[in-house]
Amino acid sequence: MSQPATLCELRDAVRRGERTSVEMCGELLARIDARDGALHAFTTVTREQALNRAALIDRDRSRWRDQPLAGVPVALKDNLCTRGVRTTASSRILESFVPPFDATAVSRLEAAGAVILGKTNCDEFAMGSSTENSAFGPTRNPWATDRIPGGSSGGSAVAVAAGMVPLALGSDTGGSIRQPAALCGVVGLKPTYGRVSRYGLLAFASSLDQIGPLTRTVGDAAVALSVIAGPDPADATSAADPVPDYSASLTGEVRGARIGVPARLLDSGVDAEVSRALRDALDTLVARGAVLVDVELPHAHAAVPVYYLVATAEASSNLARYDGVRHGFRAASAGPPDDMRTMYARTRAQGFGAEVKRRIMLGTYVLSAGYYDAYYLKAQQVRTLIRRDYEEAFARVDMVAMPTSPTPAIRIGERIADPLQMYLMDIFTVSANLAGLPAISVPCGFTAGGLPIGMQLTGRAFDEAALLRVAEAYERDMPWWRQQPLG
Amino acid sequence: MPARFTRSDVEAIAALANLELDERELDLFARQLGDILEYANQVGQIDTTGVPPTASVLTPHQADRADEVRPSLGRAEALMNAPDADPDGRLFRVPRVIG
Repeated sequence: MSQPATLCELRDAVRRGERTSVEMCGELLARIDARDGALHAFTTVTREQALNRAALIDRDRSRWRDQPLAGVPVALKDNLCTRGVRTTASSRILESFVPPFDATAVSRLEAAGAVILGKTNCDEFAMGSSTENSAFGPTRNPWATDRIPGGSSGGSAVAVAAGMVPLALGSDTGGSIRQPAALCGVVGLKPTYGRVSRYGLLAFASSLDQIGPLTRTVGDAAVALSVIAGPDPADATSAADPVPDYSASLTGEVRGARIGVPARLLDSGVDAEVSRALRDALDTLVARGAVLVDVELPHAHAAVPVYYLVATAEASSNLARYDGVRHGFRAASAGPPDDMRTMYARTRAQGFGAEVKRRIMLGTYVLSAGYYDAYYLKAQQVRTLIRRDYEEAFARVDMVAMPTSPTPAIRIGERIADPLQMYLMDIFTVSANLAGLPAISVPCGFTAGGLPIGMQLTGRAFDEAALLRVAEAYERDMPWWRQQPLG
Repeated sequence: MPARFTRSDVEAIAALANLELDERELDLFARQLGDILEYANQVGQIDTTGVPPTASVLTPHQADRADEVRPSLGRAEALMNAPDADPDGRLFRVPRVIG
């Protein structure tokens, strides 16, 4: 099959009248038909709605032509609410939930001319790093179908990597956009906390969650971020800071950009091929005029435990709402005691999968009397130290570079029985969420075995423009995105 | 902090979390939560004297707004996803709460 087009290419073809949105949607729906049986990127494909909406856009081309996503097909992680379209969070407990409203990020995409082709698979309630925790079965990595795509936004990463859509939204609580982007060879951007409204995102950990784009190129990510960013009266945590035209920041100019490298943190536990790819990528940026600076992030080693204490505490509270009363699944009565508390406990026992139960349990424990100070409060204090590490680093550098994931994609099933080993894969991604900072993963090569590797750049709050500029400059020299998985 | 996580620890937390766990889950979670908490104990070694906790990374901003009546979800839509709404579409029905 020919190389799939980028978001900007598709949009420009619609603008010039060379392609119709209906044609593009039809082509990509055919690609989904051909490939998704093997990959399982989608939980729901909205074929009829998509073709109807594309036809509307084609008929009224003069109205839509100048919109930034005119007629462009997109996909949404299945934890983003879509009015009238099933939204499951890949959980049995929401298997038949049809939201009566759209997430703000979704309505902004549609207002910009996007056509939604469907909802993508993820770890249940975004809890996981492999998409193996979906109640509907795992998603497979298109570069090696016996391997994980990463997670939790694994379906979104695969939909983009396999050319089914040029843009998919994901959510990132501890790396859930960036890590699958890295493992699938696409671009993933977690914006600054507050940059994108969380209204309509099924909450996992409210102080960490953020919605962002997965795309094949950095330029496409810049277009998508400009569309979804900005204040929203429906989310009191959305920031009022003005939204720049991120595409305008893609100048290719990186001379003098100071890139911090936490050499000591990268000393151990990183796969040799990943280390080499990151070093080569940094050399490429140096050749363009960037300057490398050694930085210390003294508390980075504590980021994973702090993250799992804070995130699970928030999750145990957020997921208390799934009780079989107002929406979602309710367990059938199994005889007396046929009372409310038994109904709650059975509904949640049957509706949630193992990882969600594990995290609810851990979060309940760390918030419980006697353990709150030792675990939750302590973790929040160390969170402050992690934030300060970055503040100190940003006094000297403009961004910090790391691998996105310490290893390339592992095999499906390899770590599913050992949650702690799975959590350790998040070592380089969780800090950005704890500190609320923007971070991007951009493809930076392949292993000898053909598995994608990603470089992560973490920047100052609300300075997504700097990350996009440096990542896009790198991509000009090293357009790894032009390589496509077979099939 | 307990050295290990016991089955009765797990049962007590499950009750707080409104989760009915089976025998296999009690054993599995006792082991896994024990491992995770043992690993998380390293956080306790870090000196945090005088360090304020971070609950949110938000910079202070004005979230107040005028208290005005605005359109909200209608009753039919609010009940649309209820597993057991009453036939007149007015109420969420639940099992007996008070004996």
